[in-house]
Amino acid sequence: MGWLIAGIGIWLGGWALNVWLANRPRTRATSLAVPIIFGVTLILIWECVVRGFEINPVLLPPPSAIIARFGTSLPTLWEDFVQTVIKGAMSGYIIGCGGAFLTAIVIDRFPFLQRGLLPVGNFVAALPIIGMAPILVMWFGFDWQSKAAVVVVMVFFPMLVNTVQGLQATDAMQRDLMRTYASSYWQTLLKLRLPAAMPFVFNGLKISTTLALIGAIVAEFFGSPIKGMGFRISTEVGRLALDMVWAEIVVAAIVGSAFYGGVALLEKAVTFWHPSQRG
Amino acid sequence: MGALWYRIGPVITVVIAIFVLWYAGSVALNSAWAYDKAKRAGVELTTSELIADTLSQEKPKLPAPHQVGREIWKTTGEMVAKGRAFSKRSLIYHSWITLSSTLLGFVMGTALGIALAVGIVYNRTMDMSVMPWVIASQTIPILAIAPMIIVVLNAIGISGLLPKAVISMYLSFFPVVVGMVKGLRSPGKMQLDQMKTWNASGGQEFWKLRLPSSMPFLFTSLKVAMAASLVGAIVGELPTGAVAGLGARLLAGSYYGQTIQIWSALITAAALAACLVGIIGMIQKAVLKRMGMA
Repeated sequence: MGWLIAGIGIWLGGWALNVWLANRPRTRATSLAVPIIFGVTLILIWECVVRGFEINPVLLPPPSAIIARFGTSLPTLWEDFVQTVIKGAMSGYIIGCGGAFLTAIVIDRFPFLQRGLLPVGNFVAALPIIGMAPILVMWFGFDWQSKAAVVVVMVFFPMLVNTVQGLQATDAMQRDLMRTYASSYWQTLLKLRLPAAMPFVFNGLKISTTLALIGAIVAEFFGSPIKGMGFRISTEVGRLALDMVWAEIVVAAIVGSAFYGGVALLEKAVTFWHPSQRG
Repeated sequence: MGALWYRIGPVITVVIAIFVLWYAGSVALNSAWAYDKAKRAGVELTTSELIADTLSQEKPKLPAPHQVGREIWKTTGEMVAKGRAFSKRSLIYHSWITLSSTLLGFVMGTALGIALAVGIVYNRTMDMSVMPWVIASQTIPILAIAPMIIVVLNAIGISGLLPKAVISMYLSFFPVVVGMVKGLRSPGKMQLDQMKTWNASGGQEFWKLRLPSSMPFLFTSLKVAMAASLVGAIVGELPTGAVAGLGARLLAGSYYGQTIQIWSALITAAALAACLVGIIGMIQKAVLKRMGMA
């Protein structure tokens, strides 16, 4: 009972604090503090509810148990991280995004290909590509190569569509100016069109970060060596060791946010001139 | 004619190229097994025999398009002809299972998304505290938790449609929130001032200005949400142990090496996605036309 009262108290306290902070003039500090308070309140309420209602830890472990488990199984988590994120997701991300970028530049030179591939690419980007995972696991074996292949297929089309769109982002006036400078195709590409395409390219890169992680983890459900985040999640669920599953999810969440945040920081550095970054 | 060819010609060319590549790929990938068989039988293969064999294997590495097409017909059209459209071997049955949880998840996700968006637009505290977490929630590879959600909900007695729909909902609410927040904030200062001069109440401002002007944004996000919802339903079917649904067909196919079955499930899923998104596109066109926006 005490836990429940504490939970309600924390809820009201966090809420009141946030309302008070949100109604003050918006500064850097408040716009950072409000979401953090919200998150911390949620975690504390979770802890109180689990303890108060005495929920079976097999169903929903309290955050404290997850943190404890996280601390004790660091080596396993690290091994899974290397297998899934570094080997599977990152290599696939680099190959897929790089390939799509180069393909987009080729497509851009041939209007016929552009009109043909763009509708098909848009269509494919909306398909449940994750379903390719069992096939690719069959082709490339159980190790990280098949996971990288799944990631390549998943990130390729969103990246392609965005880059092609970005390469069309310059207007006739700017291209005419380049022509009056007598610049060649490559000079126009490097000095005008690629920089102008960067906001779109980074949009594709950001979408691809989450797709890459999802692809690498889900592909492991279809077969993997005895390490990897997807493998660990599916086997530990079978053993009802939910605290370990949550520890893997925490790793996935941290990696996902860091990956996205890293790309967003890079975007800020590269496209500092764009209106959306100056505001 | 020329204008039509200008638009459709390149697409047709690309599609034909895909089919040609597909056939070439199946000959290339399946030839190893064909040679292996011929060697054990002690016969030499001519080129035409080789091609014929690679395109008609039972468990090919890459089935040829016509094999997949025949499998799809066998599990849909023929079943209907026999009057067993909803037997467990029919793809129509499995598609229906997946479709029902996709639609339920989509409706739940859209409702949650719109509710959150209204809250975020009208409540400053929610805007500052919830919005960053909505964005952060999508950097978490949610599909990874799918098995756990299914198992946990099963353990407390909720099974069947709802657990899968929950995963679909989680994937589909995000595009709706983002799109609707943008849409509800799209009326300009002039328009809002105009409403004020007409002495419009808060409710009138919402129903007569903000909601109508958010419609183009809503439909664009609904398309994304529908595609995401289908992915969620398919992945949600994986950990239930291959009982029913397109995801289960994928998993069962990968267990038993039935590549033709995997491909037919995949193509069916793709067709389903295309239909669902196409239907939303049609509704979008009709609605926006009635509203004078398109």
